Amino acid sequence: MLKNALDFEKPVAELDAQIDSLQEHMRSPGLEHWCRDHDRDYAAEIADLDNGLQQLKRDRERLMKDIFGKLTPWEKTQVARHKDRPHTIDLIRLLTDDFFELKGDRGFADDPAIIGGMATISGRPILIVGHEKGRDLKDKVRRNYGSAKPEGYRKAVRLMKLAERANRPVVTLIDTSAADSSLGSEERGISEAIAKAMEEMAMLRVPIIVVVIGEGGSGGAIGIGVGDRVVMMEHAVYSVIPPEGCANILWRDSARANEAADALKLTAQDALRLGVIDEVLPEPMGGAHRNAELTAIIIRDAVLASLDSLARLEPDALVEQRYQKFRKMGQWVVERAAH
Amino acid sequence: MPERWFGKRFKRDEIQAQLSDVAEGLWVKCPKCAEIQYTAELARNLKVCKKCAFHFRLTARERIDLLADDGVLELWDEDLVTVNPLAFPQYLEKLESHRVNTGLTEAVVTGRASVGGIPVALGITDPHFKMGTMNSVVGERIARCAERAIDDDMPLILVCGSGGGARMEEGILSLMQMAKTSAVLGRFKRETRRFFISVLTDPSMGGTLASWASLGHVALAEPGAMVGFAGQRVSAQVQSGKTPANYQTSEFQEEHGQVDAVVHRKDLRDAITRILTWAA
Repeated sequence: MLKNALDFEKPVAELDAQIDSLQEHMRSPGLEHWCRDHDRDYAAEIADLDNGLQQLKRDRERLMKDIFGKLTPWEKTQVARHKDRPHTIDLIRLLTDDFFELKGDRGFADDPAIIGGMATISGRPILIVGHEKGRDLKDKVRRNYGSAKPEGYRKAVRLMKLAERANRPVVTLIDTSAADSSLGSEERGISEAIAKAMEEMAMLRVPIIVVVIGEGGSGGAIGIGVGDRVVMMEHAVYSVIPPEGCANILWRDSARANEAADALKLTAQDALRLGVIDEVLPEPMGGAHRNAELTAIIIRDAVLASLDSLARLEPDALVEQRYQKFRKMGQWVVERAAH
Repeated sequence: MPERWFGKRFKRDEIQAQLSDVAEGLWVKCPKCAEIQYTAELARNLKVCKKCAFHFRLTARERIDLLADDGVLELWDEDLVTVNPLAFPQYLEKLESHRVNTGLTEAVVTGRASVGGIPVALGITDPHFKMGTMNSVVGERIARCAERAIDDDMPLILVCGSGGGARMEEGILSLMQMAKTSAVLGRFKRETRRFFISVLTDPSMGGTLASWASLGHVALAEPGAMVGFAGQRVSAQVQSGKTPANYQTSEFQEEHGQVDAVVHRKDLRDAITRILTWAA
C-alpha cells in the first residue's frame, strides 16, 4: 500500500485498506474459533469472504483504470513528482549491472544532483547519466532536490566524452524540476554549462537515448536531453515552465496551476503529438510508483530496442540524423509576401 | 546614487513604464540617475545617458543602424509566421499587438549585413517584441541564419535582447529551440573557421542565455545589461539581499568569466570590427 497517496489516489488507498483488513481477517486464527462458536462452516465462510475479496479487487482494478486512464495534466504533474516514484538511482540499480559511478567535473566539484557512470544493460556496456532528486530529507538537501548546478552539466559532458572515446552508447534519465538558480550557479556559468551540454550532445558520435522518467523541467531537463531517441514515461511531464510559475505569470495566482498545466500541453501524450518525443512508454497500472521493478523492465526493453536500431548507423549518419531530428522541431507557417 | 540603481534593478516594470511615458515626449528622464534630457539629444547619443552612461534599450531597427554598414540588413525568413501550436489562450491576439507596436514580424530579425566592410550573418532579438522571447519562429530564424553563415562561409553575429528566455506560449516547442539553436551552433563551429560573436544587451536572460547567447567564440556585453539565468523574482537569495550589487549584470558576468569584454555602445561596432578583422 502507498505511504504517500495523492488526493485522487485516496479512493484506491481506501479500497487497499479494506482489502488489507479483509485479508488479515481471513488469515486470523480467531476466525476459525468464531466459526466453531457460532456453528458456521469455516470453509464456507472463507469462500464467502474470498468472494467479497475478489469483488473488492475487481473494484480496485476498475477504479485504477478509471483514475489513471484519464489523469488531467495537473494530476500527471503530481504523479511525475510523486514521493514514491522511482528515481534515477533506483532505476540504475534495477536496469543495469555493475554500475560504477564516476564523479566530478574536474573544474570545481561533484554535483550529486546529476549522477552518472559506466554500467551494463543486459550485458551491453553503456554510460548512464541522470538527475537524482534524493529520497530522504538529508539526501534531498545534499542533492539539491535534483536541481543541477553548472558542474553537474559539465560532469555529464565529461562522461559522455568518455563514452564517445570508448564507443559506448549513452542513456540519460531526466527528472528535475529546474536547473539550480543560486548565486553560486550564476557565478560559475549555469547558462553556459547548459548551452554547452546541448551543443556537445548534438555533436556526440555515439548513440544517445533520453528517457524522461519523471519531471522534465525546462533548461534543467533539456541540458541532458538531446538524443537520437527521446522517450517519455506515460505519466511524465516535460515543460518550458512549471505550471505554478505559468499560473503566476498569467493570473498572478499559483493556485491555478491546474489550468496552466492544461494550457502548457506538458504531458507525454502532448509531447508525442507535437513531435518532440518518439514514444510514450506505458507505466505499470496506477503509475510507476506502484511497481518500480516493472517500470525498470519497460525502460530496459525500450532502451535495448533503441540501441539495436541505432547500432546500425555510422557515426556521421547518426550525428546527421540527430541534427535533423532537432532541426525540424517547432511549428510555423510560411506566408507568401502580400504584395 | 548609482549603486542604488542595482538594488532597484528588479523593478523593471516601473522603468518600462517611465520609458514608454517619455518615448513619445520631448524629454526623457534617465531611469538610473534621473537626469532629464532631450529625446533627440539622447538619440544622438545612441540612447546612452550623457550623465551616467545608462544604456537604454534599442529596437532591432536602431541596433541595425548602430552595427551594420549603412544601416543595411538584407532580411531573411521574414515569411516565417508564428502559429499557435498549443492553442494557448490569447496568444495570437497579443502577438498582433506586438507586431503593430514594433513593426516587426517576430522577436528576431536575421539577415546579411556587412560590418566594417566584412560580410556577416546578423541576428538581433528585440526586447520590445514579447520581451525578445524565443518561440518556434525565433529559433528557426536563428538556425537558418547560422546555416547560411556556414554555407556562405561568413562570421555570425547574434545580438541578444531577450528577457524571458523560451516563450511560454509555445511550451515545449520553445524549449526545443534551445536544443535546435545549440545544435546548429555546434555545427557552425565544426564546419567553419569563422567566428561566432555573441553580443549580450539588456536583457539577456533565461533560455536564450542558456542556449545560443552563451555559445559565442567571443562574447561582448553592453554596460549594465541584465544578464543571467533565472529571473530575480524566483531567487530567494536576491530577495534576502545575499547577492552582490552587480548580480546578473554584464559586469558580474565579465567578472565571473562569461563575457570577454563589457563594451560601451559607442565602441561596440569598432570592437566587433576589430575582432572580425583579426579573425578574417
